[in-house]
Amino acid sequence: MKDSLKNLTDVSLLWLLAIIAVMAVIPPITNSITMREDIFLILQYIALAASLNIILGFTGYVSFGHIVYYGIGGYVAFALMYFYGIHLIPAMIAGGIVCAIIAYLLGEAVLRLRGAYFAIATIGINEAVKALVNNLEFLGGSAGLFFNFKIYQNYGGAGNAIWLAYYLMAILAIVVITSNYLIKKSKFGLGLMSIREDEDAAIVLGIDTKKYKSLAYMLSAFFPGMVGAIFFFKNGNIEPVNAFHLLKSIEMIFMVVLGGFGTVTGPFVGSLLYERIRGLLLVNPLFKDLHMAVAGIILLLLILFVPSGVIGYLRDKVAILRRYVE
Amino acid sequence: MNAEVLIDSIISGLLLGLVYGLAAIGLNLIWGVMKVINLSHGAFIALGMFSIWILYTSFGIFPYIGIIMILGLGLVLGIITYFGALHRVIDAPELSTLLATFSVSLIIIGFGTFIFKTNPKALDFSLGGIEAGSIVILGTKVATGVISIIFTVLLYAFLYKTRPGKAIRAVSMNRTAAELMGINSSLILALSFGIGIALAMVAGALIATIFPFTILSGGGYELKSFVICVLGGLGSPIGALVGGITLGLIESVVTLGIQTSFVPVLEFALLVAILVLKPSGLLGGK
Amino acid sequence: MSILEVDGITKMFGGLTALNRVTFKLEEGEILGIIGPNGAGKTTLFNVICGVYPPEEGKVVFNGENITGLSPFKITRKGIARTHQVVKPLNELTVLENVMVGACFGRDYRPLAEAREIAFEILELTGLIDRAELPAGKLNVPEKKRLELSRALASNPTLLLLDEVLAGLNPAEVNEMLEIIENVRKKGITIMMIEHLMHAIMKISDRIIVLDYGEKIAEGSPEEVSKDPRVIEAYLGDPELSLKLLKKRKAEFDAAEGAEKAERAKEGT
Repeated sequence: MKDSLKNLTDVSLLWLLAIIAVMAVIPPITNSITMREDIFLILQYIALAASLNIILGFTGYVSFGHIVYYGIGGYVAFALMYFYGIHLIPAMIAGGIVCAIIAYLLGEAVLRLRGAYFAIATIGINEAVKALVNNLEFLGGSAGLFFNFKIYQNYGGAGNAIWLAYYLMAILAIVVITSNYLIKKSKFGLGLMSIREDEDAAIVLGIDTKKYKSLAYMLSAFFPGMVGAIFFFKNGNIEPVNAFHLLKSIEMIFMVVLGGFGTVTGPFVGSLLYERIRGLLLVNPLFKDLHMAVAGIILLLLILFVPSGVIGYLRDKVAILRRYVE
Repeated sequence: MNAEVLIDSIISGLLLGLVYGLAAIGLNLIWGVMKVINLSHGAFIALGMFSIWILYTSFGIFPYIGIIMILGLGLVLGIITYFGALHRVIDAPELSTLLATFSVSLIIIGFGTFIFKTNPKALDFSLGGIEAGSIVILGTKVATGVISIIFTVLLYAFLYKTRPGKAIRAVSMNRTAAELMGINSSLILALSFGIGIALAMVAGALIATIFPFTILSGGGYELKSFVICVLGGLGSPIGALVGGITLGLIESVVTLGIQTSFVPVLEFALLVAILVLKPSGLLGGK
Repeated sequence: MSILEVDGITKMFGGLTALNRVTFKLEEGEILGIIGPNGAGKTTLFNVICGVYPPEEGKVVFNGENITGLSPFKITRKGIARTHQVVKPLNELTVLENVMVGACFGRDYRPLAEAREIAFEILELTGLIDRAELPAGKLNVPEKKRLELSRALASNPTLLLLDEVLAGLNPAEVNEMLEIIENVRKKGITIMMIEHLMHAIMKISDRIIVLDYGEKIAEGSPEEVSKDPRVIEAYLGDPELSLKLLKKRKAEFDAAEGAEKAERAKEGT
C-alpha cells in the first residue's frame, strides 16, 4: 500500500478525479434538477461499475449476480432508517459492512468455484435472496417498504435530503475509483491480476489466493451496499424487484466491459458511454421501441470486435496514452 | 392432506418436470459440448412459445405438427446464432460467451417486445382430460410429458447411434483430440448449439400448450433450467431430465406443505448448495 | 542435513497409483535429475512436493520441517520454487510484472518497489531484459520457458524444481539454458530437474532418480543409472529412447565427462 500511496498524485488518477469532481459540481452551481438526476445516475453507474471491476476486472471472477449487494445494502440501510430513524450516513456504512460480511461468508463457499460455475452460483444467490426478501413480511414482502415523508425532515426537508444523497454518491464514486487505482498499483492488485491470468500458477508463485479472492470479493460488495443505501434513500421506497434486478447486474458488467475490463479509467468511461447510449435509445423515436434489441446488437458487436473495451483498445493502439490512462 | 391431492400433485409434478427437463436438456447439451452458459436460452424458449402460437392461430397448424416445424426452425436459428454470435469468442474467457449469448437474448426479446408487446397470450386448444376418481389430468399435460420423453430418447439415439452424434460426444470429451481425429469442430459446435436451441424452442412450444405466456416468460424457465442442470449435473443430458422431474415434484408436492412463494427460495438455495457441495449434480460420481 | 527428504510418498488418482512409496533425499547444493518414461509420475512428484496435491501416504520434509499437506503458497514462501512443464505465463501482465510476482510473493515476500529491482536483475540474468515491457502472452515458447525460470528465481528459492525446461528448445537454446542453470547452481541453489533430454541431464546432474509407473526403480550417479538394466528395461516401452540410451550411452557420457573435465581444468587455472 505504501508504494501506491506515493502514486496518488499520478496524472492518470488526477485527471480522472478532476473530471468526476467537475461533473459533480455542475448541478449545484446551475441548480438544475434534471442535470442533478442525470449526473446522480452517472455517479451511481461509476460507483457500481468500478466496484464490480475489483472482482470481475482485476480478479477475473464473473460475479453475474453482483446486484445482490446493492439490494442487500439498500434493504439494510432502508430498514435502519425506517424502523429506528437512524441517519443516512451511519445506515449507509452499516449497509456496506453487512454486504462485506455476507460476501465474506458466501465467498467462503462460492469462491471455490471457477469460471461459469461461479457465475451461475452468483445468479442463484441473487435469485434466492430476492425470493427470500419477497417472503419477509417485516420488510414488506413483494410490495416493499415506503418512507413516510416525515423522515426527510431530519435532513431539512426532502430537497435537502436529495442533495445529501447526491453529494454522498459523488464522494462514493470518487472513493471507489481511487480504490480501484490503489488496488491496481499495489502488490494486492498484482496478486489479484495473477489470479485472473492463471489461478493455479498464482498459488504456486506464493499468492494466498483464497485470502486475496475473499478480500477482493468483500471490497467489491462493500461499495455497492452503500450505493444501494443512497439510491433507495433518495428513491423513498424499496422493493425486491427493484433491488435485486438481474438486468441491473448485467448493466454493471456491460459498463465494465464497454470501458475496459481491469483498467481504472474503463469503468468510468463505460458508465459515461452507457448512460449516453441508454438515454439516446430511450428518447430517440427511431429506437425507442427497439431499445433493447439495439442495446443487444451494440453489446454483441462490442464483445465480438472490441473485447478489451474502449480504454483497453486505445491503450493498445496509442502507446502514449499508457502513461496517462490507467 | 388426502391421498388424492397428493397423487394429483405427484402426477402433475412429474409431467411438468418432464417438460422442464426437456427445456433444460438443450442448455445442458450446449454446456457439455461447448462449455458455454447459454443466456439466450430463455429467449429461445419464448420464441418457441410464439412460434407455435403463430403456427396455430394464424395458419391453423395442429400444435403437435407445429412442434416438428419448430424443431427445424430452432436448428437453423441455433446454427445461425452460433456463427453470428459465438464462433469468434468460443475460446475466449467465459465472460465473453456469457455476454454474447446475453446480447442475443436482448435482441430476440427486444424485437419480440416490439412485435408482440408484453400482454399474455394463450393457445386456445384442448385435448380434454383423463379422469380417475376426483383426479383430472389435462390431455395437453399428458401429451407434453410423453413428447418430452420421446424427444429425450431421440436425442440419446442421435448422440449414441449416429455419426454426427458420436462426433458431438467426442468434441464434448476433448475438443483438441477430436480435431486431431479429423472432426471439424466448428461444424459440430454449431450443430450442438442448433440442437440445444431447437430443444429449447420445442420445450417452449410445449409449455405454451399448457400455460399462458408473454415474450418475457422465457426468463423464468431459463432460471429453472439452471437449477435443473445443476441438480442433474451440468453437462449431462439425462441428468437434466432427472433434475427436471425433481424440480417438477418440488414445485407441485412441496407447495402442499409450504407457501408457494417460498419455492424459489428453496430452489435457488439448492442451486448454490449443490454447486458448492456436489458440483457433479445429484447423480454425479464423486 | 538434507535440504529435502521425500519419505514414502504415495499418490493415487482414483484407482491409479501415480506415485508408490517414493523415498529419496536431496543434499544441499546438488543437482538431482529425475527421469523416466512418460506417465511415470515425475510431474506428480513435483506437484506433491509443491503442495498442489496432498499425498495419500508419506511425508515431505524441507529443511527439517514437515511440509506435507501445506498449501502451495506457504511452501513457496518457505523457499521452494518451480517451473511448469506446460508453461503458465500470466498472459496479460508484462514480462516484468510476471517476474515481480515471483519476487513479491516468494520466500522474501518483497514490497512492490524492491520486487521491481529484483525482477530487472533476474531478467538481465536470463536474457529477457529486452522483453520486459511486453505482455507475457506474446513471447515465443523458448522465451516463455525462460520466463518460467525467471519467475521461479525471483522468489529467491533455496530449492528449485525444473519441469522439462529444455523440452522444445533447439540445440543452441538448450546450451544457453544449461548455462543459466549452471549459474543458478553456483549461487548455491539446490536443483531438482525433470528432463527427457538424456545427454543434457546426464551431463548436468550429480545424481539421478529413475521413476517408472510411480516407483523409484533406480538411483545413483548418471553413469550408474544409465548402466542399470532395470532402467534400460523401463525405457524399452519407449523404443526410440531406449535405443538412444543403449547406443549413445557410452559415447555421450564420455563426451559429457570430457567436456566437464575440460571445464574443471579451465576453472582450475
